[in-house]
Amino acid sequence: MLDKAFKGSPKYWAWIITLLCLIGIGFGCYLMQLNEGLGITGLSRDVSWGLYIAQLTFLVGIAASAVTVVLPYYLHNNKSFGPITIFGEFLAIAAVLMCLLFVIVDLGKPARLFNVVFHPTPNSILFWDMVVLNGYLLLNLIIGWNVLEAERGGVKPAPWVKTLIYISIPWAISIHTVTAFLYAGLPGRGYWLTALMGARFLASAFASGPALLILLIFIIRKYSRDDVGKEGVQKLAVIMTYALAISLFFIGLEFFTAFYSQVPGHMESLMYLFGGLDGYHGLVPFMWAFAVLAVLALVLLLNPATRNQESTLKLACGATFLAMFLEKGLGLVIAGFIPNPMGVVSEYFPTVPEVLITVGIWALGFLVLTVLYKLAVGVKEEVEF
Amino acid sequence: MYNGSKVLVGLGLFFLIVTVPFWLGFGTEELAPELDLDTPAIAQLADKKCIEPTGVMREEHMQLLEQWRDQAVRMGNRYYEASDGTVYQASLQNTCLDCHSNKSDFCDRCHDYGKVSPDCWTCHLDPEGMEL
Amino acid sequence: MRINRRKFLKAGGAATLVMGVLPVAQALAEKRQSGEAADVKWGLAVDLRACWEHQQAGCRECMDACHYEHNVPVGQGSKEEIKWIWSAPFKEVFPELEGVWEEDLANSAALALCNHCDNPPCVRVCPTKATFQTKTGITVMDYHRCIGCRYCMAGCPYGARSFNFRDPRPFIDKANPSYPTREKGVVEKCNLCAERLADGLKPLCVDVCPHGVLYFGNLKDPQSEISRVLKDRFSLQRKAELGTRPKVYYLL
Repeated sequence: MLDKAFKGSPKYWAWIITLLCLIGIGFGCYLMQLNEGLGITGLSRDVSWGLYIAQLTFLVGIAASAVTVVLPYYLHNNKSFGPITIFGEFLAIAAVLMCLLFVIVDLGKPARLFNVVFHPTPNSILFWDMVVLNGYLLLNLIIGWNVLEAERGGVKPAPWVKTLIYISIPWAISIHTVTAFLYAGLPGRGYWLTALMGARFLASAFASGPALLILLIFIIRKYSRDDVGKEGVQKLAVIMTYALAISLFFIGLEFFTAFYSQVPGHMESLMYLFGGLDGYHGLVPFMWAFAVLAVLALVLLLNPATRNQESTLKLACGATFLAMFLEKGLGLVIAGFIPNPMGVVSEYFPTVPEVLITVGIWALGFLVLTVLYKLAVGVKEEVEF
Repeated sequence: MYNGSKVLVGLGLFFLIVTVPFWLGFGTEELAPELDLDTPAIAQLADKKCIEPTGVMREEHMQLLEQWRDQAVRMGNRYYEASDGTVYQASLQNTCLDCHSNKSDFCDRCHDYGKVSPDCWTCHLDPEGMEL
Repeated sequence: MRINRRKFLKAGGAATLVMGVLPVAQALAEKRQSGEAADVKWGLAVDLRACWEHQQAGCRECMDACHYEHNVPVGQGSKEEIKWIWSAPFKEVFPELEGVWEEDLANSAALALCNHCDNPPCVRVCPTKATFQTKTGITVMDYHRCIGCRYCMAGCPYGARSFNFRDPRPFIDKANPSYPTREKGVVEKCNLCAERLADGLKPLCVDVCPHGVLYFGNLKDPQSEISRVLKDRFSLQRKAELGTRPKVYYLL
């Protein structure tokens, strides 16, 4: 089946080569980081996690969101999701892969990575995150491959694959819940210390994931003979609308608790994000961009006319994805560290090498995604024609 | 065989690459290193012996060091009773290097010969390289 | 009342379970109470005002001695600074008390170090047990095992953990030959001089304090220096409301 990835138009190859170049640049920067240490990043003793761990957090959501196509198709037998399910599962594979890479590049001693396995520590949430992420990757690899093989042969997937698919549904929820627990159980970090964290993570995931998936499906349609899932996209857009609305509602809840209670530890991070704290306001423009994009997306999605029209749906998807990236892939992790435990603000800005490493990993993710989608589209075309 | 010649050429290349250390070292001879035991601390010893018999030290010093590491750091047991009953402080820097203060002529010679690079020295200081 | 076989078996099973489990539970409870080293729990106390006054006069003995003894690098800049024991304004060491104190007191210098919490979040979050609690209640690190994930830094509510963003050796002026340095990529912190405690010595900061404003001892021994001073004087713990149960006390 893999041979399909090696046959493509010049445009396809140009895209692959672009990605390879970005991966190469990122890898070069990573070698520099290995050599010099994490001092080449913008991280500090106060903001000790930054862009890398923020990407992990955001991408776990993208991975978990595969459940928004898998669940209606396999549990509710909703046929309109049939043609796009495989794309959701393959997106999950690429996203989890990026997650794992972002954890690795964040380590100070990557050579000792396997200490997590040699000295398993069940009281650490990071240990469980490793378990659920790797499990989810394996599940989706096996499921995706077998479903595609079955489609190619014109048969139904084996019953044991069905069992794995049912397991993968709660498993998807678990990866994002466990990732939320990374933050929600730390005593001294007021911004993260909220029982809502798991629910917030899932809600924002079910908005940003489908947004990306819809955009990807539009791209697939443009470059293939396969006219995938018109109806599925519409249903996915409805799921996304609810998820985005709930997600924004949850953020509102955080605001209420923080500002009505007036507990400084809960207010200060939000103040830093949206208005600035002690004269520091590095993230304020980004967070207001988030607010504007989120409201724009919500308006476009709530209105059936704009939701059903392709051009405005695309705009809404783009806005949702970007908004959630800013809120979760940037603000959430960084602001948890601001102010520091001594009440002092120390700001964080990623450095150029840090951004290039991040871009390199995204490029790797997109490379994997491109190859997997090429296979899936190739099989679908082969079956249809 | 389908694409037979290409496969054979590929296999040949693979074999060459895998065995490259043998080809590079072919015909050259590397003599076993002489370890230097001439340090002030050793010269003062009445009974010139290490913590355990020489053969044991040569073959198992790495296991001993790992045992010391775990018992001193993790169990808080900072002393080691040798097989002859003598008690030593379980410390690479304060026990081993007290006598073997010549790391480059003792530790390194053998490690270089065996092409091993233990990562002790990124943290543990040796008396020769104290300037940092 | 008639007892049929099923009822009999149920009752018997339950009784066996209780009888079987009870001794185990009791043994566990006892072990927790008596424990291997339950008799020793180290604690440290700082006389806040006295220490502040001597710091005003320029005293930095404990910090300098500790940093030399443990090869703590100096001068990487505030973003990458390594801290074992350091001085910070009172309002930063006790941020939740801000506003209660007069301005000069709010800015007075207080000592900060790892609290060696009885219930340490850093130990809870570490994915490799590189950070762990010793039998005597000290939170220490195994630098051989740390993978540098920095989860403990997120977990510590006191900012007591530092990460080696680069090789620390160029930042060590004069090295102590009997103690290792750390390396690039691992987290480090105060170890309450575990290496000295093993030899029956007090932590270096307590020993070198020229004014005797640091108290140290076994919190479980009512006759120890620290137990007596804590009984006599009112003391504060940093962020006690978080349930970490710090074992570093600030005497008022």
